[in-house]
Amino acid sequence: MGTLWFWIVALMLVAYVVLDGFDIGVGIAYLFVARTEPERQQAMRSIGPFWDGNEVWLLAAGGTLFFAFPLLYASAFSGFYLPLMIVLWLLILRAVSIELRSHSAEPLWRTFFDALFTFSSVLLAIFYGAALANVVRGVPIGADDYFFLPLWTNWQPGAHPGILDWYTVTGGVLALVALSVHGSLYLALKTEGDLEQRARSFAMKAWPLLLVLTLAGLPLTVLARPHSLDSYVAHPVLFVIPCAVLASLLVVVLATRRGSAMTAFLGSSAYLATMMAGAVIGLFPVLLPAVGSEGRDITIANALAGSHTLHVGLVWWTFGILLAILYFSIIHWLFRGKVAQTAEGYGH
Amino acid sequence: MDALSLHRIHFAFTVTYHYLFPQLTMGLALLIVVIKSLAIKTGEEKYDIAARFWAKIFAVNFLLGVVTGIPMEFQFGTNWSEFSRRTGGVIGMPLAMEGIFSFFLESAFLGLFLFGEKRLSRWMHWWSAFLVFVGSWISGFFIIITDAWMQHPVAYHVTPNGTYEVSSFWGLMLNPWAWLQYAHNMCGSVVTASFVMASVGALYLLLRRNEVYGRTFLKLGVISGVISCIMMIFPTGDLHAKYMAKHQPAAVAGMEGLFNSEAGAPLVLLGQPDVEAQKIDNPIVVNKVLSFLIYGTTTAEVQGLNQIPRDQWPTTLPLLFYAYHIMAGLGTYFLLLMGLAALLLWRGSLFTARWLLWPILLSFPLPYIANTAGWMTAEIGRQPWLVYGLIRTSQGYSTHVGAGSSLFTLLGFLGMYAVLSILWIVLVYNFIQDGPIAASVEAATNSGEAA
Repeated sequence: MGTLWFWIVALMLVAYVVLDGFDIGVGIAYLFVARTEPERQQAMRSIGPFWDGNEVWLLAAGGTLFFAFPLLYASAFSGFYLPLMIVLWLLILRAVSIELRSHSAEPLWRTFFDALFTFSSVLLAIFYGAALANVVRGVPIGADDYFFLPLWTNWQPGAHPGILDWYTVTGGVLALVALSVHGSLYLALKTEGDLEQRARSFAMKAWPLLLVLTLAGLPLTVLARPHSLDSYVAHPVLFVIPCAVLASLLVVVLATRRGSAMTAFLGSSAYLATMMAGAVIGLFPVLLPAVGSEGRDITIANALAGSHTLHVGLVWWTFGILLAILYFSIIHWLFRGKVAQTAEGYGH
Repeated sequence: MDALSLHRIHFAFTVTYHYLFPQLTMGLALLIVVIKSLAIKTGEEKYDIAARFWAKIFAVNFLLGVVTGIPMEFQFGTNWSEFSRRTGGVIGMPLAMEGIFSFFLESAFLGLFLFGEKRLSRWMHWWSAFLVFVGSWISGFFIIITDAWMQHPVAYHVTPNGTYEVSSFWGLMLNPWAWLQYAHNMCGSVVTASFVMASVGALYLLLRRNEVYGRTFLKLGVISGVISCIMMIFPTGDLHAKYMAKHQPAAVAGMEGLFNSEAGAPLVLLGQPDVEAQKIDNPIVVNKVLSFLIYGTTTAEVQGLNQIPRDQWPTTLPLLFYAYHIMAGLGTYFLLLMGLAALLLWRGSLFTARWLLWPILLSFPLPYIANTAGWMTAEIGRQPWLVYGLIRTSQGYSTHVGAGSSLFTLLGFLGMYAVLSILWIVLVYNFIQDGPIAASVEAATNSGEAA
C-alpha cells in the first residue's frame, strides 16, 4: 500500500513538472523570444487556458502527500520553511503577472508585468531544481524527525548543509535550462511566424548546455550522496532510465531539426519525466534521506498514514483523477492547434 | 513576541485575507448561474451583457482567491507541523480531496467560461458557468469538513504514537457540525455577493448611468439578499448556535459574555467584558432571551464560564465576545435593510427610493466584516484547543521554525498582500467605472486580445 502511494505521489509530481513546466518555461523564454506586443499576446494566449489547471497538479500532489505521508509533509514543509515561502511568493507574482497584464493597454503596465512574468518564472525554475536536489542530497533530520535548513551555510553538502550549496545550485541551473527548452518547444508547437522560429532556435541554443548539465548530473549526485546509486547497483536493469534520459534528449534535437514540433515537445516531456523517475528510484523506499548521525531517514514505512485512510483514498483518488484527465482532455481538445497571430478566440 | 503567537498571527492574517475573495466568488458564482439562466429563459441580451460584466469581476476575485489560497495549504506543514504530523491521517483526506475534486474542475471550466463563449453553444457555456459554481462550492465543503473536525472531532482513533487516523470515511464526511457550519457559511457567502451586486446596482441608479443594469443588479441582489439573510439567521445560524451550545459550552459562554451560569439567562446586546472582574461593564441586556434562544424556554439554565476550568476558557475572551456581537448585530441589520428593500421592490418603488439606495450602496463592506467576524467567533471560540478537546494550540506549531523566521515571512505576506489590495481596487474600480456595456463590447470585439 505504501509503495503504491509513493508512486501515486511521484506520478502527480511528474505530471506537475511536465505540465506546469511548459508554462514556466514559456515564462523563462518569454522576454527573449517574444519581442513585439502581438508576439507577447500570442505567447500569453498559448498558455492562457492551461496554466492554472497545470498548477493545480502541485496543489493536488501536495494534498495527496499530506494525506498519504503526514510525517513527511510535516517534517519537510517546516524544514524547508524559507524556500517554500519564497516559492509561494513567486507563484503569487507569476499568476498575477499572467492574468493582469491584459487589463490595461498602457505599455508601461504591460512592460512591468512582462518583466515580472519572466523574473518569477526564472526564479521558480531555479528553486524547484534546488528543492529536488535538496531531497536527493538529504537533510540533517534530528532525533524528533524534524529539521530546519538555513538558506545557505558553507555552500558544501555534508553534515550541516544549507538549501543552497554547489550541488543544489547546479540542480537549480539544470532545472532552469531544462524548463526553458521545454517551454520554448511548447511555444514552437503552439505559435507561428517569427515567434515560432525564435522559440525553436532558443531551444536549440540551450540544448547543448542542457546536455552538458545532464551528463554532469550523475557524477555530481554520487559525489553529493554516495548512496544514490544503491538501487541501481542492486537492480542493474534500472540503468535503462539514464539511457532513456539521453535518448529523449536526442529525440528533442533530431525532431526539432526535422521540424516535428510535437515530437520534440514530447521528447522534452519524456526527458523531464525520466529525470524525475531517475531521482525517485534513487531514493526509494526513502522519502527524505537524513545526513549526519542524529536522526533517521523518513521512509515510506515510518511516514505512512493509516490503512483505512489509504484504502478509502484509493477509491476517490482513482475516480477524481479520471475526472481530472477528462477535464484536461476537453480543454486541450477545445483549444487545440496553433494560436492565431491575429487576435481571435482565446483570452479575456 | 514568542514563536507561538507569531505562528498564530501568521495563519490568522493569511486566512482572513484569503477569505475576502472566496466569500464573494462562491456566492457570485451562484448569481452568475442565475443570470445565465435568465439569459437563456428570456432571450434578452441584457442578461448576457450582465453575465459578462460579473464574469470580469469574478475572474479578478477568483485569481486573488487562488493565489492567496495556495499559501494556506502550505502553512499547515510550514507553520503547524506538529498539528499536521498528528492529524494528517484525518485532515489530509479532505484537503487532498479538495485539490482533486474541486481545483481541477474549477480551473478547467473557469478557462472555458472566460475564454470560450464564442467557441461554445449557449448551453455549453451555461454548463461551464454551472461547473465553476459547483467546483467552488465543493472547495468550500472540504475546507469546512477540515475545520469542523478541528471544532468537533469525530470518526477518528488514536494510534500508539499519538497520531490520529480516520476510522470511518462517512463519519468524517457526515460530521453534523460540518453540515450546519457549511449551510451557515454558504449563506454568508451569498449575502456578500448579493450586497455587492445590489450595491453596484444602487450606484448606477444614483449616478443615473447604465440604469437598465442598475435595476437588474439591484433587483437580483435584493431578492437573493433577502433570502440568504433570512436563511443565514434561521434555520442555519439558529441550529448552529444550539449545536455549539451543546458541544462547546465554553465558546458559547464566552461569545455571550456569560460569566456565571444562570436560569433564564439574559442576552447581552452591548457591553465590554472585564475578564479580571468576571463581569460585563456597561451592559445593555434583554432578560431571559438567551435561555429562550438556546433551549426554547425562558427558564432553562445556560452554562456560564464559572462551570468551566479556567485553563479551558477561550484565550482571547473579549475579542471572541466582540467578534460574535459584530457578526450578530450586522446580521440583524442586513435582514432589516434587505427586508425593507424587498418590500419596496414588491411595491414597485425601490428604483426611485434614493434614500434607501444610499445605504444599500454604502453597505457593501459590511458583509465582509460580518463573515470575517463569524469565522473569528468560530476559531477564537475553539481556543485554547487546536483540535477541540484533543490538541492544544500551543502543542501544534512548528517548534523548529523560530519566531524570527515566522516574523520574516509574516512581513513578506503583509507587503505582498498590500500590493494585491491596490491592484484589486484599481481593477474593480475600472470595471465598475467602465460599466457592463463596455465590458461586453470589449469581450465581443476584443476577446482574443490577450490571455
